Amino acid sequence: MSALTTERRQQRAAWGFLAPALILIAVFFFVPVIAGLVMSFTDYDVYAIGAPDTIRFMGLRNYQQVLADPEFWHALRNTLYFVVVGGPLSVLASLSAALLVNAKIARWKGLFRTIYFTPVVTTMVAVAIVFRYLLHPRYGLVNEGLTLLHLKPIDWLGDPHWSMPAIVLLAVWKNFGYNMLIFIAGLQGIPEELYEAAELDGAGAGARFVHVTLPALAPTFLFVGVMTMIGQFQIFAEPYVMTQGGPLRSTVSVVMLMYEQGFRWWRMGYASAIAFVLFVIMLIATLIQMRLQGEGRRP
Amino acid sequence: MTLRATARARVRATVAFAVAALAVAALAAGCAARGGGTTLRFWAMGREGEVVQQLMPAFEREHPGVHVIVQQIPWTAAHEKLITAYVGRSTPDVSQLGNTWVPEFTALHAIEPLRPWLASSTTLDSTKFFHGIWDTNVIDGAPMGVPWYVDTRLLFYRRDVLRAAGYDSMPQSWAEWKQALRAMKRVVGPGKFAIFLPTNEWNPPIIFGLQAGSPILKDDGTRAAFRDSAFRAGFDFYMSLFRENLAPSVSGNEIANVYQEFARRYFNAYITGPWQLGEFRNRLPDSLQGAWATSPLPGPTGAASGVSLAGGSSLVLFRASRAKPEAWALIEYLARPDVQLEFWRLSGDLPGRLEAWRDTALTHDPNTRAFGVQLERVVPTPKVPEWEEIANRLQDYVERAVRGTATPDVVLAQLSVEVDRLLEKRRWLHGRALAAGSVR
Repeated sequence: MSALTTERRQQRAAWGFLAPALILIAVFFFVPVIAGLVMSFTDYDVYAIGAPDTIRFMGLRNYQQVLADPEFWHALRNTLYFVVVGGPLSVLASLSAALLVNAKIARWKGLFRTIYFTPVVTTMVAVAIVFRYLLHPRYGLVNEGLTLLHLKPIDWLGDPHWSMPAIVLLAVWKNFGYNMLIFIAGLQGIPEELYEAAELDGAGAGARFVHVTLPALAPTFLFVGVMTMIGQFQIFAEPYVMTQGGPLRSTVSVVMLMYEQGFRWWRMGYASAIAFVLFVIMLIATLIQMRLQGEGRRP
Repeated sequence: MTLRATARARVRATVAFAVAALAVAALAAGCAARGGGTTLRFWAMGREGEVVQQLMPAFEREHPGVHVIVQQIPWTAAHEKLITAYVGRSTPDVSQLGNTWVPEFTALHAIEPLRPWLASSTTLDSTKFFHGIWDTNVIDGAPMGVPWYVDTRLLFYRRDVLRAAGYDSMPQSWAEWKQALRAMKRVVGPGKFAIFLPTNEWNPPIIFGLQAGSPILKDDGTRAAFRDSAFRAGFDFYMSLFRENLAPSVSGNEIANVYQEFARRYFNAYITGPWQLGEFRNRLPDSLQGAWATSPLPGPTGAASGVSLAGGSSLVLFRASRAKPEAWALIEYLARPDVQLEFWRLSGDLPGRLEAWRDTALTHDPNTRAFGVQLERVVPTPKVPEWEEIANRLQDYVERAVRGTATPDVVLAQLSVEVDRLLEKRRWLHGRALAAGSVR
């Protein structure tokens, strides 16, 4: 009897400790999400802000409109470019950096780890200013390098064919440090004996990497892969501060389209519908990726 | 956004950060100065926000006890900031507002109708401003803002090339104008062009449409009028300039430096706004300073039909202001002819007030004077909150027509369908108002 009351008391205490976090999550996450969902079925717009009685229930019409809007498909194509090109590139950069920093012969590991991590914690706006100088068509360091290599200078942010690669490179540079830390943690979790055993069996450095490191990193890969993909689907800040979606709308992502519809044209209902369509797409993509990676890594 | 704003938005993005820092400093200074008297919060954008601070000490001397905090907002963030301020109930007392934004803030019920204030004003009324500019501030018959500075577009051209083509001045009817452009093109030869109409600007096709008499939107701004004969006439004229190779099919982004291209005669006429007066003076080589001139826009049937856009910025009073008499006094002060002239000297922004144009300094320069002539012939773009989005869509579609990926018929049909969709809510509101019998 007394054991039960203790348990109950403990439970109550646990809820008490959890309550602040739960309330915060409820107020700042669940309420807005539900409000957004409700809004996506209405035509909440600039007129509605001034006169709330002009809000109309639209049913699924916003969703139909999103799917019929060529702008949405264009933005989705751009976003998939980020996911398909930027994602793997970012993972590759993170893994390479992690291997370098974690290598036995590497010195000043802490220093390099910090340097590689710096872009992640640097303000996007500050980064954008520097990158705009670097990528400047005439005075930029990048084009200076190309000229040295006898290549033609590129109008990185002004040419619709090069704007996407430029933004992808920026995004990779900006974000690879975060995944690098996770990979380092994964690498450090691999028992040294495995490498020793493999070495005794005559495995070279390459074979050790393919047969020991990669399989042991499988769970890390799954986590990094899923998180990176979700991050790439939500890409916004990079194109927003670098190109505002231009030139010729070549760098408009889905989140940016949503932002434009919501905060530029103030079609909040429509913007909410875009958000939920993107959510569904991301959910499906994540499930597919988890299924694929889960199967691929199973021994 | 005003005409000027779109053209300068990119430059301004880079200075936005410095501006934000300044705004913080201004706010801090304002907090320190508070206590006793009335404090007015005045939002102004970009360069205007910087320059207008110099006009405040004189106002404060005239109105003891009133203190004005000028908060400078970068143009690129101005629209969002104003709307979020309204939603967050922290609007300023007075703000500069691009005059194409007035309909939107009227629909939001954010700004004060000015009729009572104007009725009791001894210094302000509609006749004191360019008619077309004043008109941009009148929404459903109610004046909502007072013109501050004005913007319109007209023709900058190479006078030397026009002379070489056999003309003393720019002809004022479409047919003769096109003849002159053809002659200019012959002078400069292949690979170069008579006129530059950036394919990523909505202004030229809209101007030609307005000149041909199109209302752009019809049925009280609830339906697109792009398929009607008037707009079609303007659009055909616009397209013919590309078809006859008088204008290059390139966007503003593809021209790295318009001044350089103008100097090397890549193009020899350009429809643009008053901010270019200073730029042409500063950025063209000295040898070309006598070689360029401005002219009011030609029209389909001659000078009188050569209308242009009534752009610019207005001053508005926010409904939530708790110091409306003082705020109105600030608007009256900034609209005064002497203050408008001083503001022009500081910023280069053209005054909206007619008396200011009787000053010799402003009309002494023939290139500026052409703007005075053009301003007598300006018309507003449709006064609907959706206008900016419509102009944006128009730009995308027109570019397709110019680049030849779709025929004008298809482009205008698709554009009309899309714009009609954007205006669906407006049609519904209109129908509801009709049903309620509250038609204005």
